[in-house]
Amino acid sequence: MTPPDITVPPASGGASVPQAEARLASLLTTNRGDRVYRVLLTGLALALPLLLVTILLELYTSARPSLARFGWAFLWTSVWDPVAEIYGAAPMIFGTLVSSLLALLIAVPLALGVAIFLTEFAPRPLRRPVAFVIELLAAVPSVVYGFWGLFVLIPFLRQVVVPPLKAVLGWTPFIEGVFYGNSMLAGGIILAIMIVPYIAAVSREVLLAVPSAQREAAVGLGATRWEAVWTAVLPYGRAGVFGAIMLGLGRALGETMAVTMVIGNRHDISLSVLQPGYTMAAALANEFSEATTDLYLSALFEVGLILFVLTVVVNALARLLVWRVARGAAIGSRAL
Amino acid sequence: MRPSTGRILTSVLATALAAAPLAAQVRLNGAGATFPNIIYQNWMLTYNQQFDNVELNYQSIGSGGGIRQFSDNTVDFGATDAPMTDSAVAAIKGNAHHIPTVLGAVVPTYNLPGSRGAIRFTPALLADIFLGRLTRWDDPRLAAANPGVALPSLDVLVVHRSDGSGTSFVWTDYLSKVSPEWARKVGRGTSVNWPTGLGGRGNEGVAATVRQTPGAIGYVELGYAEQTGMPAGQVQNRAGTYVTPNVQTVTAAAAGAMTAMQPSTDFRVSITDPPGADAYPVASFTWLLVRRQYPDAAKARELVKFIWWALTEGQAQAPKLGYAPLPKTMLPWIQATLATVTAAGHPVWTGPKPR
Amino acid sequence: MIAPRLRRRVGSAIMTTLVVALCLLAVLPLLFILGDLTVKGASSIDWNFFTKSPVPAGQTGGGVANAIVGTGIIVGLACLFGLPIGIGAGVFLAEYGSGRLGWLVRFVADVLNGTPSIVMGIFVWGWFVKPLGHFSALAGGLALAALMIPMVARTTEEMVRLVPHSLREAALALGYPRWRTSLRVVVRTALAGIVTGGLVAVARIAGETAPLLFTALGNLNFSTNILQPMQTLSLQIYVYATGPFDEWHRLAWAAALVLMALVLGLAVLARWATRQRDGTG
Repeated sequence: MTPPDITVPPASGGASVPQAEARLASLLTTNRGDRVYRVLLTGLALALPLLLVTILLELYTSARPSLARFGWAFLWTSVWDPVAEIYGAAPMIFGTLVSSLLALLIAVPLALGVAIFLTEFAPRPLRRPVAFVIELLAAVPSVVYGFWGLFVLIPFLRQVVVPPLKAVLGWTPFIEGVFYGNSMLAGGIILAIMIVPYIAAVSREVLLAVPSAQREAAVGLGATRWEAVWTAVLPYGRAGVFGAIMLGLGRALGETMAVTMVIGNRHDISLSVLQPGYTMAAALANEFSEATTDLYLSALFEVGLILFVLTVVVNALARLLVWRVARGAAIGSRAL
Repeated sequence: MRPSTGRILTSVLATALAAAPLAAQVRLNGAGATFPNIIYQNWMLTYNQQFDNVELNYQSIGSGGGIRQFSDNTVDFGATDAPMTDSAVAAIKGNAHHIPTVLGAVVPTYNLPGSRGAIRFTPALLADIFLGRLTRWDDPRLAAANPGVALPSLDVLVVHRSDGSGTSFVWTDYLSKVSPEWARKVGRGTSVNWPTGLGGRGNEGVAATVRQTPGAIGYVELGYAEQTGMPAGQVQNRAGTYVTPNVQTVTAAAAGAMTAMQPSTDFRVSITDPPGADAYPVASFTWLLVRRQYPDAAKARELVKFIWWALTEGQAQAPKLGYAPLPKTMLPWIQATLATVTAAGHPVWTGPKPR
Repeated sequence: MIAPRLRRRVGSAIMTTLVVALCLLAVLPLLFILGDLTVKGASSIDWNFFTKSPVPAGQTGGGVANAIVGTGIIVGLACLFGLPIGIGAGVFLAEYGSGRLGWLVRFVADVLNGTPSIVMGIFVWGWFVKPLGHFSALAGGLALAALMIPMVARTTEEMVRLVPHSLREAALALGYPRWRTSLRVVVRTALAGIVTGGLVAVARIAGETAPLLFTALGNLNFSTNILQPMQTLSLQIYVYATGPFDEWHRLAWAAALVLMALVLGLAVLARWATRQRDGTG
């Protein structure tokens, strides 16, 4: 008689007690290892939601005194006066949004150009090197960007870019006033350079995920290569590309070192990009270790909380959009 | 390839253990003002080299940060040019001494292309510039104070501190004394609501920004202007003289304050806008924040020893670095204060007996 | 009247040229940065640079030895905490991550990946530095580890997923229990990719400055004590770049070049290691 196959359930009513016991025993031994393994891995994985919740809690409890004192008005008060102990984050929020939007304005055409070039137009031998160079842009540390911005970009702007810009557009409220060097413009440009690789990498993966049937169908109908991209590929990947842009936005919102080195660090709301400005991240970098009173520190924690919530929301939306086109894959994670 | 976790762990532990002193090496961490940073770095490097058993580390993050960290107990000593307020001292149960270490001057430094002599500033001019009312270098008011000097037609770009700063405190203290409008609108403090200008981090940041921005004007400690080859403006004092900031004029500024000081002083005095024909109007003491009681006797002892060394041997370094030595008459009073620093109930003073 | 087809051809040609031009423009800054770093920094790299610690402001002859060692130690600490948790989470996502918990963890990882590093810094300050009472390299390492974990988790998941199912099924069919299959067969096969992901994460955090501002703080002396403040290359560059002294600027360029070489070296190594398995480049 062949030994009973333990992976096959015994015929009903046929198993003898010793056979059932043997089966149970071997099931238990293998399952224990599996169970332990799974529990261990689950525990490690739970560290992530735990981290998120802990950060949120820590920020919230430290920000509570400021939240209690200023309430919602914190978001639109533009006074930041540590002497009178009145704090309002409006200039920082304004600066964060403006610098990021300015960065997007510059970065999106560049990044989409890169992504489309890499997926559609680049000859084979060029693809890897160009993609590699773009990824290298993402690897440059923020402080190095800031350093370069301070010593190379700002003098370049001052001498080469701003004079003609002022001559042509100086009548608009966006290009008026004196150019200090450290300004919203410098901040926006540096941010743009920094987020191009993220938008480009994710857009590229999104475009690669578009089924080639779309492209082929368009070409089959007589479209030129560009028209195929414009009418068939891009619209299909629209959600994902939008998600890529939002990812870039999320990155720009939280960028600290490069911005704080070139933006001028001034709590002020101004329409002109030639004026110095401030962002939430830059303010935290500058003022956190020096907040002299508890309320000051709490106000800074509140700024951190606002920044955190803002980036979480933007990133969540971005990832949801990207997942729509490329289900659940770790898109762009290598480009980080 | 990346070494295994085990190997990383052991090597980190080994290094950490190797760093743990076999001899009793005392590590002292301090943080605070950027104003005296140039001389503090000089002192600490010299002291570290001379005395093997002590390692001093100082982070120049601004007086505001120094006070905060000292109060939070995250450093052994703080440094500030803005004395702690009574309420701040009360908040840490009075466990603080202000020990003056050196005198310095806050000077208006600027970046004007083309060389010329030092620009002269009256108190009113400085107030107007920092209030944002005087926005061109070729403004007639500036020209009036600087006859015969070719002022360029550039915009005045004000640079102030973006961090909590004792240097700002001294500057705004001075402006509050000489300009009622400034006192009303802005006031004095380590961090104020600046009417105009952009922020630099630390004396270092302000000096750097002014240096890189044509037409900029900022306020820095004299040493920063001297060490970087930047000009320092002359400021008109109470007696009406345009004074160049240097060792003599700063010492003269302190002399006036000394006449008013008692031996029982806690040293928290302001010497801006002093009387005296050749006194520089924007000078200041800078203080080390030292606790009255320390938990660790060895640390407290070494700290007090270092401070005394700085107050005696270290003072010789001051003039060439852009500072001025303390008035000699202050020393016995500081000695008496240092002698009251205790650890676990016992005084840690090991120097000569205070007279 | 221009024939429609010609118009379309010309339009397409213009757009194609525009795309190429934009791509070139995007690549330009990197070339400038690398060029500037090399030109301005290479001449300052000498023996002193690597072996000496900083000297007081205004003097010459200092180096960044303390920063180089500090970077190594703090990054090492970050790996100590970040790699096990990150890799574990990544393997979880790949092996057991198809349910709701997996969706949640994956989502949180992606969201945390976008968290500003300065927020991580103030979080670790409030949670670790303040209660402990002093700044330390350990706190800096924890802040960087918190940044590393979501990165490593996602790259690990991706790499483990790439292992063909047939390997898994073969092992199971031979009687290996599930945990052993996962560990000895699947993860081992994906190990090169996991290590690469780790390298990329290390390259990212090696250049971080913001989270270290209030955790490791910085130290001008040479120190290897993880419970004391410590300097890193990124912090040193920040301090020197924003200072007024020419000597500092000179050292900052050199330090930036060294940091870039380190980061780029790691990134290149990572790319090279996955070159074989990833055909799309």
